[in-house]
Amino acid sequence: MPNISQRIQSVPPSGIRKFFDIVLTMEDVVSLGVGEPDFVTPWRIREACIYSLEKGYTTYTSNYGLIELREAVADHLHGRYGVRYDPNTQVLITVGVSEAIDLALRAILEPGEEVLVPEPSFVAYKPCVIFAGGTPIAIPTTVETDFAPTPEQIEAAITPRTKAILLSYPSNPTGAVMSREAMQSIMDIAVAHDLFIISDEIYDQLVYGVSHTCVAALDGGYERTILLNGFSKAYAMTGWRIGYAACDPDVLDAMMKIHQYIMMCAPITAQMAALEALRNGSSDTEEMIRQYNRRRRLIVAGMNRIGLDCFEPKGAFYVFPSVQRTGMTSEEFAERLLHEEKVAVVPGNAFGECGEGYIRCSYATSLQNIQLALERTARFMERL
Amino acid sequence: MREILKILESDSRLSPEEIATMTGKTEDEVRRVIEECERKGIIRRYKTSIDWEKAGEQQVFAFIDVKVSPERGVGFDDIAERIYRYPEVHSVYLVSGTHDLRVVVSGTNMKEVAFFVAEKLATIDRVHGTSTHFLLKTYKEDGVIFEAPEPDRRLAVAP
Repeated sequence: MPNISQRIQSVPPSGIRKFFDIVLTMEDVVSLGVGEPDFVTPWRIREACIYSLEKGYTTYTSNYGLIELREAVADHLHGRYGVRYDPNTQVLITVGVSEAIDLALRAILEPGEEVLVPEPSFVAYKPCVIFAGGTPIAIPTTVETDFAPTPEQIEAAITPRTKAILLSYPSNPTGAVMSREAMQSIMDIAVAHDLFIISDEIYDQLVYGVSHTCVAALDGGYERTILLNGFSKAYAMTGWRIGYAACDPDVLDAMMKIHQYIMMCAPITAQMAALEALRNGSSDTEEMIRQYNRRRRLIVAGMNRIGLDCFEPKGAFYVFPSVQRTGMTSEEFAERLLHEEKVAVVPGNAFGECGEGYIRCSYATSLQNIQLALERTARFMERL
Repeated sequence: MREILKILESDSRLSPEEIATMTGKTEDEVRRVIEECERKGIIRRYKTSIDWEKAGEQQVFAFIDVKVSPERGVGFDDIAERIYRYPEVHSVYLVSGTHDLRVVVSGTNMKEVAFFVAEKLATIDRVHGTSTHFLLKTYKEDGVIFEAPEPDRRLAVAP
């Protein structure tokens, strides 16, 4: 057989995948390993989708996506963050934010150009940079800086080949939210070195007691930010695969060029549902946020009580406690906890080397499950 | 207060300690709010949502729409009271529309409920008519769906 691309082979398989395969073979596992809402998509959204099928909305849409949806996205962003995008030239509906990440990277990168990726972060960023021909440069962050990169770190990592910084706050896996001031100081560096910022803000609505800073709304942010967001988390629509990009028209044009050839358009059925989500879904989202917040406090307190020091996350639906005092690596801890107490968590090193010594626990699961998982984990800790 | 009440409304078995953690308040504060709400009657009682049919219990419910004439000075209140004092009466609502009171009555069988309506309700002086609807199946009650819950279809571990 001819060779498989060296570039693809150089990317290791996802650390999450390995774990998933073990969990599948077990019964009665309480999983804190799920990176998606435990809510089913609100009924009004599902119903709108069914209605669209009944009415025969089964065709392609514009490559950019339904204009009504792009207008709704533009209105939403303007209403929430005061940033104004032209729905005709600055908004692209994509198949999840995942596609948008790929499009953004491919649209801007020359071979060998570098993208700074603060870690721990979502598992797809570094591979996507590599697939796009670029070089990912990990910026390790720690709990001391609330899992946010410092301006000094960013400055020190910049080379003549640096093209972009990939930000993702609120963060999966840490739940960290960056303050406006901290964001601005990163943005100032991007302006000084003329870099793009790719900002994946998929968890923007899931913040607790703080407000989210839209990177595009920062001073100097509008021109250079490729703002990515979608419907998966805020509206519990992971399986629908609808995301969007909003940015400068020239960048969008480049992204659109790739999108039209590889994807044509996002599925119309899911776009119709997304439209309903933006028009009428906010009360459902608010209720979900209230419930996440209660669970968040419960799990943070629970982890700290059983001796797993837990940074207080202000966003997303993850906690990222340290397992360092057990003397185990993330993977050892996660594997033993799974085999001995049937609680599934994700080892922190799946999200970058600096995630070693941590585990990611999702609280997108019922209160009962959280309490059960905490009891089991406490039992596990007592035995150590 | 609203947050604490909302949490209790969804699960009244949670302890003040747990509620305190969930809301970021102190345990004392939560206890105080709950006691105050109990005292003021904001919290009426702690009830459990039970699927009696599943429990194998024979219990019949009927919704009875009642037409009554109001009395000067007290409106419908006195007659509503005469009705709700019966232990068979589950709830009584004053409603708009073609009838005045909506009464929910329970019994062990249809006959028992029908007799109650015929003998006790319909014979009250100012009651002009009743219309009885027997409950056949409960789909959702107090926000709780009685059908089998939708299974968690998510993958056990996902990025």
